[in-house]
Amino acid sequence: MVKPSRSYRVFQGVNGVVLTLVVLVTLYPFVNILARSFSGERQIRAGEVTLLPKGFNLTTYEIVFQDAMFWRNYGNTVLYTVVATAVAMVLTTCYAYVLSKKHLKGRGVLVGIAVFTMFFTGGLIPNYILVTSLGLKNSVWAIALPNAISVFNLLVMKAFFENLPTELEEAAQIDGLSTYGILLRIVLPLSKAVVATMVLFYSVSFWNSWFSAFLYLDRTDLMPVTVYLRNLIQGATGGGNAGAGTEQLSQVGANIQSVTIVLTALPILCVYPFVQRYFVSGVMLGAVKG
Amino acid sequence: MSTSTTSAPPGTEDPPPARAAPRRRGDRTPARTGWRRALRRDWQLYSLAILPLLFFLVFRYLPMIGNVIAFRRFEPGGSIFGEEWVGLRYVRMFLSDPTFWQVFRNTLWIGGLTLLFCFPIPIVLALLLNEVRRRSLKRFVQSVSYLPHFLSIVIVAGITLQMLASDGPVNHVLGWFGHEPIRFIQEPEWFRTIYVGSEIWQTAGWGTILYLAALTTIDEDLYEAARIDGANRWQQIWHVTLPGIRPTMVTLLILNIGTFMAVGFEKVLLLYNPLTYPTADVISTYVYRAGVESNSFSYAAAIGLFEAIIGLVLITTANQLSRRTVGTSLW
Repeated sequence: MVKPSRSYRVFQGVNGVVLTLVVLVTLYPFVNILARSFSGERQIRAGEVTLLPKGFNLTTYEIVFQDAMFWRNYGNTVLYTVVATAVAMVLTTCYAYVLSKKHLKGRGVLVGIAVFTMFFTGGLIPNYILVTSLGLKNSVWAIALPNAISVFNLLVMKAFFENLPTELEEAAQIDGLSTYGILLRIVLPLSKAVVATMVLFYSVSFWNSWFSAFLYLDRTDLMPVTVYLRNLIQGATGGGNAGAGTEQLSQVGANIQSVTIVLTALPILCVYPFVQRYFVSGVMLGAVKG
Repeated sequence: MSTSTTSAPPGTEDPPPARAAPRRRGDRTPARTGWRRALRRDWQLYSLAILPLLFFLVFRYLPMIGNVIAFRRFEPGGSIFGEEWVGLRYVRMFLSDPTFWQVFRNTLWIGGLTLLFCFPIPIVLALLLNEVRRRSLKRFVQSVSYLPHFLSIVIVAGITLQMLASDGPVNHVLGWFGHEPIRFIQEPEWFRTIYVGSEIWQTAGWGTILYLAALTTIDEDLYEAARIDGANRWQQIWHVTLPGIRPTMVTLLILNIGTFMAVGFEKVLLLYNPLTYPTADVISTYVYRAGVESNSFSYAAAIGLFEAIIGLVLITTANQLSRRTVGTSLW
């Protein structure tokens, strides 16, 4: 590399400042919410809390930890995520495998059926009517079934299968293994990486989703934790103030939203550093092929 | 791209191009195989497609057909395809509904502003990241900036509301300048700024991924040649870097245009309130309220269908235009 010119060094300096700002602006809200969640009511109301907790106070955490509905909804989130991801993985894997077979007659049509839905969808109302009239309301299936295949994930998986060496499959075929056997015993063991990525894609998206639950579940005890948080920030509920005394109420009122945001975001923040690279590589694979 | 080269799962990178295809093509019968033969040979494969096809049929194509209720009288509990034809009654109804035109304008505004800011910012950010020489630093900035993408939209909305609360950091900073606290969430004139701002916060970092990937594919020799021709850094960016990532830019632009009308419905639903309806209410939220909350299913479906058709027209037009002008297209 040639010796950098002076203006380029100036640029590098400015660039460093800009990127530092990007990092600060991205992280500050998290740090601030975390600080608020541990702060006292007076300091929060006075707008004194910035990076560190002021007037350390755990009352709201205690109240939320005692709220049975919060934990119930958290459990629902886990349940819905597991069920919906399992359904999605089975359907997506099967279809992606079929679509990856280049010799298959009608393959173009099968791909087209999936891809068209990326650009045109039925829309909210017909979907709502459909799910309602299928009697899926107030069950986990209202969340799992209508979102069972993400076409983007499907295309990522298809691309991966297409790039597997065919020799093993052909050998297995000659040995008399059925297509199902090949998929289960040859292809899937070779595809652990993409399967892991897809499980992550689906589970994060189901974990984070709220609208299907909000739309199709009527009872509070069926809600996932995202809807619990949504009701809280919309002021529809007071949160877990069932057992709170009067002097606790004002403290809870000051930071229950921060506390709930922290508790809801925590699992994602904990796994994020470890799973981030799978997302990046998955997205790039999808982009190359999709 | 730095994050993936070291630790990507095996097989997701450098796909051996079309290793399988030629073999297959070789042993295929020259004439088009008949359906009967294909079925006999591949029935097990086709059987694997049955459940997924059922999914697409029931949960994707049936709702598309279900849009006929936009032209039919619908009764809750009756047929999902409605009871009898009423022609364009609901279309005429929404065309003469002032609220529809208001939400239409709001949709164009929010969609336009989102496109204006959320499309170019990741490009700029990717170019800046690309100039960072220390790889550890680059990776750190990337990791941090991807983070908001992984959070539920509910959490993002919650954080946004907390930041803008009367005792939140934004009003705190305003206080330094002697400004009275602003009730951001209640004031219609602030909604677009809030929406676009939180959208940038959530998506800008993640949006750089594809650009950074495209940047690594640009041939280093091109820069070398440009330098020999006497190009400075800016000229190199203009003549080498930008053309290098142009296909990615165009593809993402087409996709952005395609989702133009469908502006972040969930985010609006979480951030707006009756006080901010004048600027915040968009087509999809109006459809939601008219249909799900007020049970005017046919009316809401008519508006929803209108929106979906505009979306389809937009993406097709953008795709055609880009194929003719720059030779990049989605299909």
